[in-house]
Amino acid sequence: MLKLSWKNLVNKPLNMALSLILFALGVGLVSLLVNLNHQVEENFDKNLAGVDLVLGAKGSPLQMILCAMYHVDNPTGNIPIEKSRAFLNPKHPLIKQAVPLSLGDSYRGYRIVGTTYDILQFYDATIAEGKLWANPMEVTVGAAVADAQHLHIGDRFKSSHGLVDGIEEHEHDFTVVGILKPSGSVIDQLVLTPSESIWASHEHQSVDGEETVDGGRQTVDGEETVGSLDAASVEAHSHAEHEHTKVAPTTYDSLTISQLAQQQRLDLMEKTDKDITAILIRFRSRTNIQALNMARNINENTELMAASPPNEIARLQTNLGLGADTLKMLAWVIVIVSGLSIFISLFSSLRDRRYELALMRVMGGSPGTLFQLIILEGLLLAVLGYVLGIVLSHFSLGILAGFMKSTYRYSFSGWKFLPEEGWLFVGALAVGFVAALIPALQARRTDISETLSKG
Amino acid sequence: MLQTTNLQYSYNGGSALAFPDIRCETGEHWLLLGQSGCGKTTLLHLLGGLLTPQQGSVVVGETAINALKTSQLDKFRGKKIGIIFQTPHFVRSLRVGENLELAQQLAGLPVDKNHIAKLLDRLGIGHKINAKTDALSQGERQRAAIARALVNKPEIILADEPTSALDDKNTDEVIRLLEETASEVNATLLVVTHDGRLKERFAKKILL
Repeated sequence: MLKLSWKNLVNKPLNMALSLILFALGVGLVSLLVNLNHQVEENFDKNLAGVDLVLGAKGSPLQMILCAMYHVDNPTGNIPIEKSRAFLNPKHPLIKQAVPLSLGDSYRGYRIVGTTYDILQFYDATIAEGKLWANPMEVTVGAAVADAQHLHIGDRFKSSHGLVDGIEEHEHDFTVVGILKPSGSVIDQLVLTPSESIWASHEHQSVDGEETVDGGRQTVDGEETVGSLDAASVEAHSHAEHEHTKVAPTTYDSLTISQLAQQQRLDLMEKTDKDITAILIRFRSRTNIQALNMARNINENTELMAASPPNEIARLQTNLGLGADTLKMLAWVIVIVSGLSIFISLFSSLRDRRYELALMRVMGGSPGTLFQLIILEGLLLAVLGYVLGIVLSHFSLGILAGFMKSTYRYSFSGWKFLPEEGWLFVGALAVGFVAALIPALQARRTDISETLSKG
Repeated sequence: MLQTTNLQYSYNGGSALAFPDIRCETGEHWLLLGQSGCGKTTLLHLLGGLLTPQQGSVVVGETAINALKTSQLDKFRGKKIGIIFQTPHFVRSLRVGENLELAQQLAGLPVDKNHIAKLLDRLGIGHKINAKTDALSQGERQRAAIARALVNKPEIILADEPTSALDDKNTDEVIRLLEETASEVNATLLVVTHDGRLKERFAKKILL
């Protein structure tokens, strides 16, 4: 019976193709949207990393959060450490942990982040090989960066300004000292270094003005830290001001790391003449009234801006979701139109096949047999359309995933299947069934004698 | 055996057609002659259980077929009655052999490819077993229709104007094959026609 349904469909390849393509298009679109929405949300949620508050320069709160947490947008500006040092203090009564971020440079599209070891604890990152960054111009790279750029311990590279590759290169060489284990969060896509590295690149630039090619402008070096031209001189300088070249930790238990991180923050607090870009904050208690009021207080009383990532992301998702919902409705309309096309093609084929159907009754088929046959044809189209649609959607997701990875540095996968797609299958079957129902009832009612005598 | 008593049928509101009683013993060959429009096809449909009479009964073998329920009647017809129509039609998406397989399946019988191949050979169209039915000539189509009517070894074969679209040569051939193959399965054959060419070939005749 299934074979007959199939042969009946294949016998009218054009009708079948039209219905099939429409159906696949609808199903594919629904599946694509559901998947995209889901994966975007998943990525956003995964990277919330328990951050309660983000501090940065005044501007768009959403932009700040996209920049500081998801690393997809440009900073809103910098904030002087002098103004924000209180939030870095490990003894702050409300703040459990804070991650200072200095942004501005990238390597081949991967952002270089000047920060402390606190960031490791926010994203549950651990070292895979090598060691953690300790001195200026030393970097520890995320797993995805190392993978994509084939970076190994000891490799050296130059950074470029901004997030887009190749705008202008800084002259300083970064050295890879370690590689992180994959964590599935945004840290995989980052290049981590002390804040000093970022300052070094940028201050050099501002003093030199026009970028010189001759590499050495030792003359400026005399007075200030500004204008130090290579890693060595930065190190030398910090030597003078502080005690020694810092040593990266050898053990990675969370106590050691948080102690070192606290020390790094304390050091940072001293650099009151410097800027950082943003601070990620985790509260000691999320229910503390003072903590809850902190964002408002900061926004009203300081030059800084504070924003809560869950709130901003929720707002973003409602806005995105609205668009996605509209598109999804459109996709369902396509599915229904394709159901209509199945209905029409079955119905018109029924007129051509009246004699055949009567003949099947003569050969022993019951009215139920004919009903079954037509329903099966509808369902068969629906199943084929569904399969085609799902393949289509996941294939394009696969392509999109590559594109997303390179543009937004997020891990998308084309081959994740969602429970919603199971429901989509049920929906597809329902559309196929309903489309076939009237033609099938018609087939059931075929008056054999009349049909046959008309020949 | 095929027997009718007091058979009457009327189309919606029209005047009733009354048919003479018929009694054909197993294995007999009958010719039912009548002019166009005198209800030949109606009678054939009544005999084949495609129509239900308002009065009277049709008995095939031991079964009064108009007492059966629709789906029972369909199964019964598929197994016991082979019908050949004026213009042969097939399930066009299936090939010749597959059409015969379908006839076996719909009647609830196992598919017997060997039997199908032999039957088509017997009717001289064995080489067309995998042909599309649309690709057959008129004569071949009528032979394939005979094959389909015979494939389940029915007790009764009803043929409605089987030769009206055929030339003399094909008419001779088709009727010869029809008679021979009916005899081979010991089926009762009833040919309904207005075709004068067939008068001489049948000893037993009913005039409508």
